[in-house]
Amino acid sequence: MKIYSKVSLILLTGLLCTLSLYGISEAAGTQATSSAAGGHVWWFWPLVLLLVTFVMGIFAVLGGVGGGVLFVPIISGFFPFHLDFVRGCGLLVALSGALAAGPGLLKMNLASLRLAIPVALIASTCAIAGAMIGLALPTNIVQIALGATIIGICILMLTAKKSELPDVPKADKLSSILRIYGVYQEGSTGQIIDWKIHRTPLGLCLFVIIGIMAGMFGLGAGWANVPVLNLVMGAPLKISVATSKFLLSITDTSAAWIYLNKGCVIPMMVVPSLVGIMLGSFVGVRILAVVKPTLVRWIVIAILAFAGVKALLKGLGI
Amino acid sequence: MVEKTSANLKAGPEQLIYASILEKGMLVGLVILFITFIIYAFGIMKPYIPLDQISQYWSMNVHDYLHHAKIEGGWSWVRMLGYGDFLNFIGIAILAGVTILCYAAIVPILCRTKDWLYALFAVLEILILGLAASGLLAVGH
Repeated sequence: MKIYSKVSLILLTGLLCTLSLYGISEAAGTQATSSAAGGHVWWFWPLVLLLVTFVMGIFAVLGGVGGGVLFVPIISGFFPFHLDFVRGCGLLVALSGALAAGPGLLKMNLASLRLAIPVALIASTCAIAGAMIGLALPTNIVQIALGATIIGICILMLTAKKSELPDVPKADKLSSILRIYGVYQEGSTGQIIDWKIHRTPLGLCLFVIIGIMAGMFGLGAGWANVPVLNLVMGAPLKISVATSKFLLSITDTSAAWIYLNKGCVIPMMVVPSLVGIMLGSFVGVRILAVVKPTLVRWIVIAILAFAGVKALLKGLGI
Repeated sequence: MVEKTSANLKAGPEQLIYASILEKGMLVGLVILFITFIIYAFGIMKPYIPLDQISQYWSMNVHDYLHHAKIEGGWSWVRMLGYGDFLNFIGIAILAGVTILCYAAIVPILCRTKDWLYALFAVLEILILGLAASGLLAVGH
């Protein structure tokens, strides 16, 4: 009985989300054709944006993903906003989330500045290149690549394992030179854990790709940061998650400036999105105590896959 | 040994300075952004693009938007701060700029501790972010 109710809940929520997004999408189509006749009052879309990003904020917390990765495919797929502005806005949403979380994580010593600084240097440089590539390419090509990336992220979320405390027998030479290691206390057990990393050159190379993708699609990059820091470089999961969140504040800063200077920022989109995501995250943290995250994670993956397919079809003109 | 471990558990001075500036910058940026948005949305200051016309622009690509709205890219928003919509860029620029300040603040600490490699990384990061912020890297469709 329990499993049936879970499955029903997933299907019902998935159906509701799909119908809501389909309704928004249809309204966007109607608005696009009737905007000259004033299909909606000016505050209609900012208000819908506020409500959708509020729900997105809740799901982002419960699903353990960043706001940016949900924001760009969903808003570009189902709202009348051009992808250029959605990416600019998505970066600012991801940046604000990272700025809000960063100070606390640094003070608790869960985010490691020593680990973040060299990684951020590579990722932020490449994010600039990614933003420039993304803005230079035709929109439909970016949309297709975005759709493919989102579907790839879904597969990554479905298959990637996590390791609380990866086995790092010996720190590699580069991480020893950079003195990337640390100590943290596991809150649940009180255990003091010494950590170090390995495969640093490989990890740093992967951040070239992550930076480019973050800048190109305005996605944020937590979905890729955590697996690389945790599974490739061997940082403990908590350190990886915290450092990844803090890292976004640097990576997204560089790309955000490119979008900002290019003119891809419309305040009427940015502020409702920021407020929505922040309020949603606030509520999400409180719901987290009573909802099973695994269940929500499945729903998030389903919504992301749907948005990914929609982005792909939109890019292909279907 | 216990003392050494508990000392290691705490964040280093450069990390704490960074966190402190990041926190203040984030709060100032967000507060300014929300206040300026209220000024904009409630029409307290006249916007450059009238609110009832904004929906005509957001479905265009950025090139067409800038062309039709007669807006220049880069830092031209500074000259347009007299308009309610462009006033919001103050908060956005603070949010996007606070990281540069954080890096600038830790360079002297890293130099004092003779952590030359990380001081170099921090200076390079400031240059990279400064270059991105400068508006020199203009591209488009």
